[in-house]
Amino acid sequence: MITFALYFAIACYGIGLLLNLWRIRFAPGVVDRILALDTMVINAIALLNIYGILVGTAVYFEVSLLIAMFGFVSTVAYCRFILRGNIIE
Amino acid sequence: MVGAILRRVFPHPQLTGFLVIIWLLLVNTITLGNLLLGVVLGVLIPGITQPFWPDRPKVGKPLKAAEYILLVLWDICIANIAVAKIILFKSNANTHSQWIAVPLELRSPEAITMLAGTITMTPGTVTAMLSADASHLLVHCLDTDDPDAVRDEIKHRYERRLKEIFE
Amino acid sequence: MSLIAEIVISFMLIVGGIFGLLGSWGLVKLNDTMRRLHAPTKATTLGVGGVLIASMVYFAVFMERVSFHELLITAFLLITAPITANFVAKAHMHRDVKERDLPPTGGDYGWAGYDEVGDGKQPIDTK
Repeated sequence: MITFALYFAIACYGIGLLLNLWRIRFAPGVVDRILALDTMVINAIALLNIYGILVGTAVYFEVSLLIAMFGFVSTVAYCRFILRGNIIE
Repeated sequence: MVGAILRRVFPHPQLTGFLVIIWLLLVNTITLGNLLLGVVLGVLIPGITQPFWPDRPKVGKPLKAAEYILLVLWDICIANIAVAKIILFKSNANTHSQWIAVPLELRSPEAITMLAGTITMTPGTVTAMLSADASHLLVHCLDTDDPDAVRDEIKHRYERRLKEIFE
Repeated sequence: MSLIAEIVISFMLIVGGIFGLLGSWGLVKLNDTMRRLHAPTKATTLGVGGVLIASMVYFAVFMERVSFHELLITAFLLITAPITANFVAKAHMHRDVKERDLPPTGGDYGWAGYDEVGDGKQPIDTK
């Protein structure tokens, strides 16, 4: 039962990543691309965790923690670049 | 004298405790060595970053704060179901998005930050901006026909509780 | 016991998957940037939260290894989601929204992103 649920969740997040890619390709503005990239980071975290359950190791949690931090910082840096023209003043 | 020294070493006691707990969660095993390293970090980091937070924010009522956190967690679940329904079953033409200006009674920056974060997490509303004198919040509502009701709910449900916690 | 755990884990995984997919679908379907902002910041946070709770239960019951990393990741995502949403909204308004499209503040000052505060006028007392 768990294996079925795991594959179902992997399929959901995989389709989600493809939808995000579609949004990045056909976005009306740069802000939408940032939003889609941020969503991609969150989907990737979920995918990593599901894969961690599937293979039964805990190594992937550290990876996803790091990706969560990098994703947050990069989204803020992108937005700051649009708002102010540079990142560190 | 002793009080002054204690204030120098522990400028933010809550932050020190919080950092120790976060460190123990990060290493995932509780040993004496990890606890000591956590305490060292918990003393060093507030000491180094002290110029960034000159005041101690005071949270007087931990019970009220815990109740507030539980309420917000429950509302996040409700928010997800409400937004999911709008995304799935409403066409774009039928969705009435609106800007709402919410007048604030809160004055401390921490309380306003908490309120803005709460509004972003709850049903169909996102905080977009603060007015220049911090007296109004600009909120974007995904789907509403009655902006006044949304404003009153924010004021009654969240701002009243935050006022009790922070003031 | 293990059957209940299996049901809980499968339920959380399926709920998490559905909400994650809905967040991405909302990003594609909704037709305005401010509207699109609602979809991923909400649905994806609960989606990842469900997956992380499932993995916590799984490792506690089947691997007999209590792990708190999932709680840390969930808390981190819950704290950063509003900040990210606010930053994206500000960037969007800076580029594409004019001040006349917004409602008036009702106070003496305008919205912070548009109103220039002159010398000697510091509305918030930051000490």
